[in-house]
Amino acid sequence: MTPLQQYLALSIALFFIGSWGVLARRNIILIVMCVELMLNAINIALVAFSNYSPTGAGRGEVFVFFVFALAAAEAAIGLAIAIAMYRLKERLSIGDFDEMKG
Amino acid sequence: MYDFQEQIGFPILTVLTFLPAVAGLVMLLMRGKPKAYKGVALAATAANFILSLVLIAYFDRYTADMQFIEKVPWISSLGVSYHMSVDGISVLLIMLTALLSLIIIPASWNYIKEREMQFFVAFLFLETGLIGVFCARDLLLFYVFWEIMLIPMYFIIGIWGGPRRIYAAVKFFLFTFAGSLLMLIAIVAIAYLARANPYATPVFDMDLLEKSIFSYQVQMLAFLAFFIAFAVKVPMWPLHTWLPDAHVEAPTAGSVILAGVMLKVGGYGMLRLCIPLFPDAVVTLAPWILVLSLIAIIYGALVSLVQKDLKKLVAYSSVSHMGFVTAGIFALNLVGIEGGIMVMFSHGLLTGALFLMVGFLYERLHTREIADMGGLAGPFPVMAGVLLFFTLASLGLPGLSGFVGEFLSLVGLFTYSKPLGAIASIGVILAAAYLLWMFQRVMFTKLRDEKWYKLPDLSLREIVSLAPLAILAVWAGVYPNTFLQLIQPSAARLTEKMAPYMAEGGSAVERIFASLGGLF
Amino acid sequence: MKTAVLLIPLLPLASFIITGLFGKRYFKEKSHYLSVAAVAVSWLLSVYLIVQVERGEELHWQVYSWIAAGSFKVEIGFLVDQLTAIMLLVVSTVGFMVHVYSIGYMKGDGGYYRFFAYLNLFMFSMFMLVLGNNFLMLYVFWEAVGLCSYLLISFWYTKQSAANAGTKAFLVNRVGDFGFGLGIMLIFVTVGTLSYSGVFSSLGSIGTGTMTAICLLLFMGAMGKSAQFPLHVWLPDAMEGPTPVSSLIHAATMVNAGVYMVARSSPIFSHSPNAMFVVALVGAFTAIFAASIGLVQNDIKKVLAYSTVSQLGYMFVALGVGAWTAGMFHLVAHGFFKGLLFLGSGSVIHAMGGEQDMRKMGGLKNKTKITYWTFVIGALAISGFPGLAGFFSKDSVLAGAFHKGFWYFWLVGLVAAFMTAFYMFRLIFMTFHGKPRDEKAFAHAHESPRSMTIPLIVLAVPSAIIGLLLGLPPESGHIDHFLEPVFEAVMGEPVHFGLLDAGLMTLSALIGIGGILLAWLFYVKRPDLPAKAGARAGFLYRAALNKYWIDEFYFAVFINPVRALGRGLWRWVDVGIIDGFANGSARFFNGVGMALKPSQSGKAQVYLFSMFLGFLALLVAYLILTI
Repeated sequence: MTPLQQYLALSIALFFIGSWGVLARRNIILIVMCVELMLNAINIALVAFSNYSPTGAGRGEVFVFFVFALAAAEAAIGLAIAIAMYRLKERLSIGDFDEMKG
Repeated sequence: MYDFQEQIGFPILTVLTFLPAVAGLVMLLMRGKPKAYKGVALAATAANFILSLVLIAYFDRYTADMQFIEKVPWISSLGVSYHMSVDGISVLLIMLTALLSLIIIPASWNYIKEREMQFFVAFLFLETGLIGVFCARDLLLFYVFWEIMLIPMYFIIGIWGGPRRIYAAVKFFLFTFAGSLLMLIAIVAIAYLARANPYATPVFDMDLLEKSIFSYQVQMLAFLAFFIAFAVKVPMWPLHTWLPDAHVEAPTAGSVILAGVMLKVGGYGMLRLCIPLFPDAVVTLAPWILVLSLIAIIYGALVSLVQKDLKKLVAYSSVSHMGFVTAGIFALNLVGIEGGIMVMFSHGLLTGALFLMVGFLYERLHTREIADMGGLAGPFPVMAGVLLFFTLASLGLPGLSGFVGEFLSLVGLFTYSKPLGAIASIGVILAAAYLLWMFQRVMFTKLRDEKWYKLPDLSLREIVSLAPLAILAVWAGVYPNTFLQLIQPSAARLTEKMAPYMAEGGSAVERIFASLGGLF
Repeated sequence: MKTAVLLIPLLPLASFIITGLFGKRYFKEKSHYLSVAAVAVSWLLSVYLIVQVERGEELHWQVYSWIAAGSFKVEIGFLVDQLTAIMLLVVSTVGFMVHVYSIGYMKGDGGYYRFFAYLNLFMFSMFMLVLGNNFLMLYVFWEAVGLCSYLLISFWYTKQSAANAGTKAFLVNRVGDFGFGLGIMLIFVTVGTLSYSGVFSSLGSIGTGTMTAICLLLFMGAMGKSAQFPLHVWLPDAMEGPTPVSSLIHAATMVNAGVYMVARSSPIFSHSPNAMFVVALVGAFTAIFAASIGLVQNDIKKVLAYSTVSQLGYMFVALGVGAWTAGMFHLVAHGFFKGLLFLGSGSVIHAMGGEQDMRKMGGLKNKTKITYWTFVIGALAISGFPGLAGFFSKDSVLAGAFHKGFWYFWLVGLVAAFMTAFYMFRLIFMTFHGKPRDEKAFAHAHESPRSMTIPLIVLAVPSAIIGLLLGLPPESGHIDHFLEPVFEAVMGEPVHFGLLDAGLMTLSALIGIGGILLAWLFYVKRPDLPAKAGARAGFLYRAALNKYWIDEFYFAVFINPVRALGRGLWRWVDVGIIDGFANGSARFFNGVGMALKPSQSGKAQVYLFSMFLGFLALLVAYLILTI
């Protein structure tokens, strides 16, 4: 059986790749994709924990379903917003959208 | 027990409180029918006034117990209940509120041009808040009504006010809200401190709170928090500067309710909460409050003397008059407290009337500057007579309502301390000075503009809206016992509560120094 | 008797309400019917009352509880005794005559109905003032008569001077009432009641200091209402009102309220010799001070006004030295002859078409015969001409001062009496004798209508004979016996008329006649003398002419500083400090917000990055704290 540490290592790696993407990439589509990456990293961790836990079998999977639902919603809304933003400025670099500046 | 079921058979306090709000909601459905919705407003306030008279009729004036009790659990996990009941002081002020709310409807019948319906709806909600405050017997409920009355007034000043209305409305809101938040903290604090054990629900019920005893430090802090909230409303010097701005910008009806009832909420709160809950702190701080009251009396009068705007003059005169309220109340004897309440009642009638008069003048001349007036007794003889009546009543002419309250609270203060009483009496001279000088400059001397002769004198509608105030002013001056009997048991209950805490003797100056010791 | 007592004030009140409400629209030039009738009935009832009292009846009647707040209980109630009865008689007689007189004097005035309504309100208040049975009622109607005075002084309100005079009268009186009110509170705090009988029966328990304080505070009120120095300034200005008002309110009745109050409180005052001395001192100073101003005034009504102030000073001297009945006697006599003199001056003004400056009058003797002769009777009476009212009353005041050992007050009174005689006949000679100085006005001059001359004649009768009726033998005359029950507790030993008194009497008569002769010398025989004397007296003359600059002094020391203070408090404290603080705190938070604003860059990734850092920081902190 694969040790828990390896799953977690994968999860952490995916999570940080995702966060690096969210923080550093300029393209909004890519940022949304990176957010998905982060969510999936968490999913891996949840499933792994669930599998190794003596009492909590199955609970992690339930959470994963919630995260799926969330990710689907996020993708739908996120992409819709991205399209709306593109219509507005004909560009998709996040640096161009600073209307909320104080 | 004075349950509403036994006393009158229907929950009269709830009806009194929420009838205006319900009428307001009904009006919102009547968009675009000005006659109809004004009719609804008039009918609702009239019904409420009649109900308030019914309340007085069924009120047992020989007991200090709370009456017409309605008590239903509201948020049981926090110990909050919907607990309404009244005593003599509340009944008197409820009647005043209902009367003034009724009067301002015809008085502003043709006055508002924009968003007329919302204007009347705002007033109906305001009435709900005000009457609710006078009925609430649960601290959290009290606070809810306290905030309910703040919001309509904010909009009344901010939407239908004069040119600087936004500044005035925000200032009004911030001053009062700063006080309210302090009060909220104190409410929560004492509700939790009054629990019998750490696992019990908090105590918000005033009946129970009055029986609990707080430590001296808690009393001082909580008293100050409550007191500042009420002092802003009264308003006491130096928390008064929102008042002149608010009055100058507010529409006439707003000024009437603001001066007539809203200021009284402050004095009422002191009587209802500060004195019964924190007797030790009251004894310690009373001399200081009296000094502030004296400053308010003299200061308000002096500043009033030099005002150029009629409304500002009346506004500052309110500061001076309300100084007599706090001076009477914190003299902590029966005569003083009854005097303070009478001043509240009479000030509500008279200042309400004076603001109405200023409004009527403004509708004709389109100015409130005293320098632009003069000789108006020629074209408006009836108005001159009526204004003179209310001016004289306001400066404390015996036989009219102003005198009784002022004199009683002076006697109370004089009993507490002779020098303080003497200083406060100077305010009576100054009151005559600023009011008569105002009257002279407005009504006497040469007429400034001959074409004012073409303007109409007081109309029947205007006279009808002033008449009840005048009648009550004479009544309260000639036979004040009607009102004094109403408040006597409740006022006596307060002095009985205070009696064990009162130190014997000592001059006011000594007491101030003694209280300095108590502060640290 | 109760009905009479109730009707005396209530009839004028009813008439006030009816005339005031319906006069403008319905009664118009017939407004006087009701009000004159009401006062006439009140007058008859007052006569009835004094007859009853003379027979020994008294009335103590609690009508209803007015204010009951805790221990503070005051009733509306009536007290009728000798003092009340005699005041009622003076008030109603002069009041009735003035009402009749006003029918002619105010004819054609735009505010005819208003005038009679106010007069009725005044009669009501004044009756209630003397009928009340406690100090608070005294105070209440004290203020009420002050209000009527205010309304009537500023009756012709379009005149700036009239409006000012009204306000001034009210305010100066308020200053006095400040003391009066404090006095009442002090009485209440010390004794616990305010009814006359209650207070007077518990005087034994009050300390001397408190007693003196009470007396002086009460007297402060009297100084305001009775126009004693330094609160006298309102009365001369009050002459802006119509002349019947000056006669009724500012000569014969309201200004006597202060004297009445001190007389009514005689049991308190007699417990405090110091306070009594202050009363006499203020009275004596005012008597001579006001008389000296009266010497040089040129306005016919102003002369009479200062004369009134001076005569009121006399009354206070009498009360202060303990000659209570003499003070009241002078009050009664003065009420009649000063009422008469004012009505006479009104008749003169009427004849001259509104002119009040005596320098423009002269020679009216033959054109206005009735006015002239009644005026002379009044002037002789006030000058103390033997046999007339003033002779007896003034003499009993002076003799009282002398007998009680206050020879200096007696001397001051004598000098003031000399001045009185001089200025009264200066007035007569300037007005009625000599050549007309203003031909045009003189040509139109005419005697007044009958409604005005009859009251003159009616009032001339008591001015002439009341002294003989009431004042003989001097100092233990009819009035002294009549008032004895009131002052029983405070009267000294009765004085027996002796050779010394005869001497004093002769002396004061001679002084009066001397004053008249000097006026004759100055204004008839040698008309060049006044200017010379004025030039010689220089500063003194100018000081008296300018009323010793007291008004200017008040403006400089009280009124202007108070206004400046008000303005300063408003501009600096209110707008400057308090609002400055409120707006400043708003500005502070605004500034903090502006300073932090750049941190909201609007760039989502910056926010995310700071979130990330924050999360890391929390994590590290957690680890450090837990490990």
